[in-house]
Amino acid sequence: MSGASKTTKKAAADKKAGAAAKRKAAARRVKTGGRAERRTAVAKLERSGERAIKGPRTLGELMSQALVMEIEAAQRYADFADAMDTHNNREVAALFRKMADIEGKHAAQIMTAMEWKQVPAPTSAKPSWEGFEAPETTPGDEVHYLMQPYHALQLALANEQRAERFFARLVRVANVESVRKAARELQAEEREHVSLVKAWLKRTPRPDRYWDDDPDPARYTD
Amino acid sequence: MNDVATCPPRTAQSYKSSYKPIWCPGCGDYSVLSSITKALAMVGVPPEDVAVVSGIGCSSRIPAYTSCYGFHGVHGRSLAAATGLKVARPELTVLVASGDGDGYSIGGNHFLHACRRNVDLTYIVMDNHVYGMTKGQPSPTTEPDWDSKLSPGGTGLRVFHPLVIALAAGANFVARAFSGDPNGTAEILAQAIRHPGFSFVEILSPCVTFRPEQREWKHQVHPAPVSATDDPARAARRIMTDDGFNIGVLYAGDRTPYPMTTGKSKRSPEDLEAEFAI
Repeated sequence: MSGASKTTKKAAADKKAGAAAKRKAAARRVKTGGRAERRTAVAKLERSGERAIKGPRTLGELMSQALVMEIEAAQRYADFADAMDTHNNREVAALFRKMADIEGKHAAQIMTAMEWKQVPAPTSAKPSWEGFEAPETTPGDEVHYLMQPYHALQLALANEQRAERFFARLVRVANVESVRKAARELQAEEREHVSLVKAWLKRTPRPDRYWDDDPDPARYTD
Repeated sequence: MNDVATCPPRTAQSYKSSYKPIWCPGCGDYSVLSSITKALAMVGVPPEDVAVVSGIGCSSRIPAYTSCYGFHGVHGRSLAAATGLKVARPELTVLVASGDGDGYSIGGNHFLHACRRNVDLTYIVMDNHVYGMTKGQPSPTTEPDWDSKLSPGGTGLRVFHPLVIALAAGANFVARAFSGDPNGTAEILAQAIRHPGFSFVEILSPCVTFRPEQREWKHQVHPAPVSATDDPARAARRIMTDDGFNIGVLYAGDRTPYPMTTGKSKRSPEDLEAEFAI
């Protein structure tokens, strides 16, 4: 190993240690600081994405969260399909409806695997994801009435990638072997979905640069 | 008679009608609808025991999209209609839906007095700081420097502060929510429905067509750092000094709601008629 390489590695290690120390200090401030200090520290941790997540403690809890993810994703796709229908964007409506069906089937698979007759009642445990919604749910504001199938598939890809990252994180933080094993399986499934959507995207024509041009726009005043 | 134990539990879907919402794709109001139905499922009240009353505007389309009873009233008068309904039918759970134009401008006076009367209503205002349905005019909550073709250079007017005004006028529950957090909003709405008296929930609901910059709100909102207080003075200080993006229950008071009397009038129709006899 060359001297330069050693120096670079040492610098990287120092940087990593420094970052870890900063995170620890911020976490300490969250616990012990005053109100304002605590708020700043929490915001800092949230921004860095390093705030520790609490993984599910049991297999049932994990699968219940996975089920919520699939149900919410299916519901959001169904809502998008309805919205596109009312705006006469039938092609994208059909695609969203298909995605809703697929997510609905994933939810049904979880129900069957867990032998649940009905969706379990929500527990008081906070879900393991950060942010407002489950990782596989498309944020409500990311659609456009003139969007094309390519855009819809890009959203689906982002959802599957977020879901894959989420389960990968659960694999890392799980303390119980059965939870870790199941999280790994779910991660593998999401990875497969990522590949499928990527392949689908390759077959789908890219929109041209004027895709959102509307000769009769809602904002006619601009 | 149906065996209650065998009835499937109500879900959010139980409160949705078969009508497809007509809003711009990406509008925050879709999520608010979802939160309202989730909240009703949490509270567990049957759809036939709920009435959703609205005025005019994008947000006021909501009654049609629920399977509850609905009343799409005139501009700014949703609270007046809802108050009458609640007083006449106190057993109903009455939700009132409005927007910042309908609720704070045209219906501003009704807002003050609904807070003051403290009738057991849940008032949900979807605030997007613009009149969306009529193509983007500034509303009472529009920033004074919002420059558009319809308000060149901005209105220069001070914004209306609905939460402070609600508190000062006597609302018994004051909260702010964000449409991009449908589950959190559903929990706040469920609390508001359960809380006795007049509950006011302002929901920041971006208008992606006329205020596309409001997509940034999802990066600006943050949970209220402290829990709800029942002290109006503390709540007022907190609301007046916050950045407008604090979400959560900010005030939960214990003022006695407007008393509801049920049962028949002691006077017969003949007696009433006699009073008006010429």
